[in-house]
Amino acid sequence: MNAAATETSEAPEAPLSAPLNVGFDYTRSVGPVLGRFVNALRERRIVGVRGSDGRVHVPPVEYDPLTAQPLTEFTDVADEGTVVSWSWVAEPLDAQPVQRPFAWALIRLDGADTCLLHAVDAGSPDNIHTGMRVRARWADEPVGHIRDIACFTGPDSPAGPAPTAPPPPVAERAEGEPVSTVITPIHLRYLHSASPEESRYLRGLAEGKLIAQRCPACHKVYIPPRGACPTDGVPTTDEVELPDTGIVTTFCIVNVPFLGQRLTPPYVAAYILLDGADIPFLHLVLGCEASEVRMGMRVRAAWKPREQWSTTLENIGHFEPTGEPDAPYESYAHHL
Amino acid sequence: MNDVAVVGFAQAPAVRRTHATTNGVEMLVPIFAEVFEQTGLSKTDIGFWCSGSSDYLAGRAFSFIAAVDAIGAFPPIHESHVEMDAAWALYEAWLKIRMGEVDTALVYGFGKSSAGQLRRVLALQLDPYVLAPLWPDSIGIAGLQARLGIEAGLWSEKDLAEVAARNRRDARDNPFAQLSGDVDAAALLDTPYVADPLRAHDIAPVTDGAAVVVLASAERARDIVERPAVITGIEHRVDSPALGTRDLTRSPSTEAAGRAAGADASVEIAELHAPFTHQELIVRDALGLGDGVRVNPSGGTLTGNPMFSAGLIRIGEAARQILAGNARRTLAHATSGPALQQNLVAVLEKG
Repeated sequence: MNAAATETSEAPEAPLSAPLNVGFDYTRSVGPVLGRFVNALRERRIVGVRGSDGRVHVPPVEYDPLTAQPLTEFTDVADEGTVVSWSWVAEPLDAQPVQRPFAWALIRLDGADTCLLHAVDAGSPDNIHTGMRVRARWADEPVGHIRDIACFTGPDSPAGPAPTAPPPPVAERAEGEPVSTVITPIHLRYLHSASPEESRYLRGLAEGKLIAQRCPACHKVYIPPRGACPTDGVPTTDEVELPDTGIVTTFCIVNVPFLGQRLTPPYVAAYILLDGADIPFLHLVLGCEASEVRMGMRVRAAWKPREQWSTTLENIGHFEPTGEPDAPYESYAHHL
Repeated sequence: MNDVAVVGFAQAPAVRRTHATTNGVEMLVPIFAEVFEQTGLSKTDIGFWCSGSSDYLAGRAFSFIAAVDAIGAFPPIHESHVEMDAAWALYEAWLKIRMGEVDTALVYGFGKSSAGQLRRVLALQLDPYVLAPLWPDSIGIAGLQARLGIEAGLWSEKDLAEVAARNRRDARDNPFAQLSGDVDAAALLDTPYVADPLRAHDIAPVTDGAAVVVLASAERARDIVERPAVITGIEHRVDSPALGTRDLTRSPSTEAAGRAAGADASVEIAELHAPFTHQELIVRDALGLGDGVRVNPSGGTLTGNPMFSAGLIRIGEAARQILAGNARRTLAHATSGPALQQNLVAVLEKG
């Protein structure tokens, strides 16, 4: 996951937004029924399963749609069949099987009674019709995944294989063992927006200011300000500029390494309550031994050099002790 | 068991894009205030809160938790969530009141579809082994369904254009609609295909939006509003997730849910959740709604499709017709999943 704060060009005070790209390789075990199906695909064969009414389901279903009983009678079907319905994709989306205009089709393979949904590389909507015969075009290196069928083609399909999305990753398995898992990478792209209140705060940070807002109902000062006070359900309004000093309300010493960690343990992650704020936020306390950090300790922001500032709280590299006397426990107990 | 009535309904305007966050707070805060104004209730009067939304739409984990800020959930509240259209959240709230656990509930749904690429995100609601890895988009799947009906002679492209034109005309009276206008079916048929056999007017727009419905026990409802809309039946049913095994020109789950909920030709108004023109015809047929039934006077989902609240809005609109004194008996339908896979039907009557 990554997000970078970039301003949209629409209006100077429009809320901030930034691309947010998320991705994950979903790894799924296949079980006995889908396992049979994907292992056959690896051998360029297509298997179905016979239901209680005698119909052959392709792809096989684990449980009978009518009786809900487990199904076990597998049967091979052809890798060619008939188009039962189709729709046209003029501009393929990311990761769709055919990366030039193509048709989605419901295809009844010879020997099957249900339809398989897949892509037909037809070139043009004039080259596909219901009732048309189509045949599977197999991937060069089948791995045991629905995408081993690269696509289907008809009599008037364009010559040469269609450009395709990258093949799925192959799950590790011992030599000679059947495919037991399938991996499907999922990548999604979003435009992530900050709220108007958060945007005020982030723009303030870019100028080295700490901008909070007060809830009009409970009068608590929130930093960051919020689209809704979690206690009262109304947006925070009156703006308050806070100093960059405050106290540690509570903290923990991080001793455990983890992926992406930027500091070498041990170090201190602490809740910092800025002077004048009612809600603490999480930040780092450096500039002293981890063992010296205390609840109630007075701290001040250590800002990064001005030329590195942007719309982020990372402009403050960490907080460090001021050396002033600790705040008495009673003064922050209600923030714990 | 307690009867349950709708006593309040509000919706955010259906728009192509908001500046709001994906957690819905900016869309929800004003409409919560609106239903409290309508009902004279405050947040402390609400016994149970239930929402419908999707992390896949928001692109972030637990987005519905951030939405709870809009409630002002202090002291702590009794709350639940469904990763479905909020019509199913309403079903959960209905059960709570039926069982006598609470006597009021507030149901809300929200979604910012514009944050991502909606038709691609929706591929992730499909079977994860044999369908989702191909990324079949929601419009492509609907196109397969539409063509089956066209080629079977169940409806024509002209019939579909007429559905679109009627909804857009009706939406002229709906201040929350995203699309509206006096359009002619013949002119719509002259437009190019977007996903042959579907044209732009066959496909609900991409919409950011939110909605809220307030429920109360029938007894409590009488103190809140003059004409509560009592839910006399509400049921939901599901068809197989294996698209290739279904007869996509019919909706057996809508038919079964309608029968169980007491749907019949005596309803005056029906609000049907049909994100594609042909789906309005399928649902209408499955519910046995005759020509005497006024379908989608709001303009329906084809004129505004806020994901995860469009189904709840159907219930809100059907109830509003009773609350406002326009009808005595109405029906609402909500759908979820590809090609009308899962369907909910509610019948409402003047209490």
